[in-house]
Amino acid sequence: MTTIGIDLGAKNTKVVILRDGEILTTASVLSGFDQKASADEAVNNALRNVGIARDEIKYITATGAGMDAITFANDTVTEISANARGITAVFPSVRTVIDVGAEEGRVIRLNENGKVVDFGINEKCAAGAGAFTEAMARALEVDLEKMGEMSLKSTKAVPMNAQCTIFAESEVVSLIHQKTPKEDIIRAVHDAIADRITSMARRVGIEKEVALVGGVANNIGFVDSMTRNLGYDLLVPKDPVVPEFIPAYGAALLAQDELNGG
Amino acid sequence: MANSESKEYWRWTESRWTNPDLDWKDGDIISAGVDVGSVSTQSVVMVDGELFCYANMRTGSDSPDSANNSMNWALDGTGLPLDKIEYAVGTGYGRVNVPFAKRALTEIACHARGANFMYGPSIRTVLDMGGQDCKAIRCDHRGKVTAFLMNDKCAAGTGRGMEVFADLLQIHINDVGRMSLVDVEPEPVSSTCVVFAKSEAVALLRKGWSKEKVLAAYCGAMAHRVVTLLERLGVENDFAITGGIAKNIGVVSRIEKELKVTAPEPSIDPQLAGAIGGALFGKALVEKARKKA
Repeated sequence: MTTIGIDLGAKNTKVVILRDGEILTTASVLSGFDQKASADEAVNNALRNVGIARDEIKYITATGAGMDAITFANDTVTEISANARGITAVFPSVRTVIDVGAEEGRVIRLNENGKVVDFGINEKCAAGAGAFTEAMARALEVDLEKMGEMSLKSTKAVPMNAQCTIFAESEVVSLIHQKTPKEDIIRAVHDAIADRITSMARRVGIEKEVALVGGVANNIGFVDSMTRNLGYDLLVPKDPVVPEFIPAYGAALLAQDELNGG
Repeated sequence: MANSESKEYWRWTESRWTNPDLDWKDGDIISAGVDVGSVSTQSVVMVDGELFCYANMRTGSDSPDSANNSMNWALDGTGLPLDKIEYAVGTGYGRVNVPFAKRALTEIACHARGANFMYGPSIRTVLDMGGQDCKAIRCDHRGKVTAFLMNDKCAAGTGRGMEVFADLLQIHINDVGRMSLVDVEPEPVSSTCVVFAKSEAVALLRKGWSKEKVLAAYCGAMAHRVVTLLERLGVENDFAITGGIAKNIGVVSRIEKELKVTAPEPSIDPQLAGAIGGALFGKALVEKARKKA
C-alpha cells in the first residue's frame, strides 16, 4: 500500500512517499506562483527517485497553506493534524510540538495518545516565522544556512529592541555600523525569534517532551536559543525524516490510516 | 548595503525655510523644538511663538549629530546664533540626546501642542503617523493631552511601511499617494505584517495588477490599520493628522472616508508638528521662569 503526503508551504513544497509504514523517499521543491504545478513537480520528483508510477499511489493527502490548490489530492488535513500524526510516529513521548515554518509558527499540545489538546498559530506577523531570520540574513549579508553555526560562536549577548521584522532590519544595520560582531548580532536574531515563539508556546502551555519541527528547526542557533529559553533539551527529528518533512510525513501516515479504515 | 546602488525611492525631500517677515532681533523669547524621530529629524525655531525657521531632514545613525545637523541647517543664513536660543526642547525617539536642549518632552505632548498651533484650538483628535510608530491622541482646546494610544511595535501603519512599498514598486515616496487614487477601489491588502504584505503585493503584480492598483490596496490597508487604533481611542471632532504620512493623500483620503471625518489641509509641513510643539513648550517654560524671578 503506497500513499503520498504533500505539504504545500509558503516557501517549499514537501512530499513523502510511504509504503506500508516505511518512507520510500522524500522530495522538496520551491513553492512557485502556480501551487498545483509545484505540487506536481514535487510528486513527480519523488516518484522518479524510486521508480514508481503515479497510478501505484493509492491515496494522496495534502496539507499546508496551499493545500486547497492540490486538486489531485484525495483529502486535505490541517497542518495541526499532520504535525500531530507525524511527530507521534517519530517521538511518541512528545506532548508539545513547536513548528516554525517560513511564514507561520505553530504550537500544538498533545495528550498521551497523540491527540491534539490545544494549539496556537501565528500567521499574522513575520517576527515569529522563518521570514524573520531570512530577512536578517539578507541584512547581514550572510547565507541563511550559515546563521546557526555562526551564532554558536557568539561571545556576547547584545539586546535587540525591535520586534517587527522591518524595524529589526534597521536595527541590525545600525548594529553593523557600530561594529558589533556578526556572530553576536545573529545570536540576538535567534534569541528574538525564540522569545516570540516561546511566549506563544507559554500561552498554549508547554509540556515535556517538546519537539521542534519545520524548516527553522534546522537552524542550530535557533534550537540553541530555544533550549536556553526552556531550560532543557528539545527533540529535533532526524530519522526517518528531518524537521521540515514532519507535516508531509504525517499527511502520508493519515492517508495510510484512511486506507486502513480510519 | 545591497541596495545602496539602486535608486532610493523611499528618500523623501528634505527641506528648510526661513520666515521672510520676521527679524529675530526684534523678538523677546526665542525658543526651539527638536524632534529626533527614528526616521526624520526636525528643528524649529520660534520667535515669540511665531515660526522663524525650520529644517526637516533624515535622521542619521547618531541622535546628537542628527539634532546638531538639523539645527545648524535651520539656522543657516538666518544670522541667528545657537546661543541666542533661550530655551530648546528635545522630543521624539532621540529626545534625551539633543545636546543643546534644556529639557526632553514626549512626542505625544509635543504633537498635540503642535497640532493645536497648526490647525487651531478646535482640534480634539490628532493622529500622528511617524516613521516607526503611530499614535492616536485626544487633546483639549489648549492642545493638552487627555488620552492616547500608540503602536510602536509593528511597521504596519507607519511611514517605514510605506517606504518599503515605495522601494518595492519603484515609485517615489512623494508620488505614492497621488498615484494610488484609482477609479475603482480594490480590496485592501489582507496581510497586516509589512513583510507578508510585500509578498502579497508581488503576487498581485504577477496576477497583472497595475502598480497604481497595488498602491491603492496598500494605502487602503494602512488606512484601515490606523482607523482601528483611532476607534479604540474614540474619535472626537475636529480631527487632524500629523507626521510624514499626513502628506500622503492616498492614506489621508482613505482614513477620512472610513472615519467619515475631514482632516484639514496642512498649511505647514505636518512633519514639523512635534518640533513646533517643543518650541511652544520652550516658550512657555521661559515665561514661567520669568514670572518666578
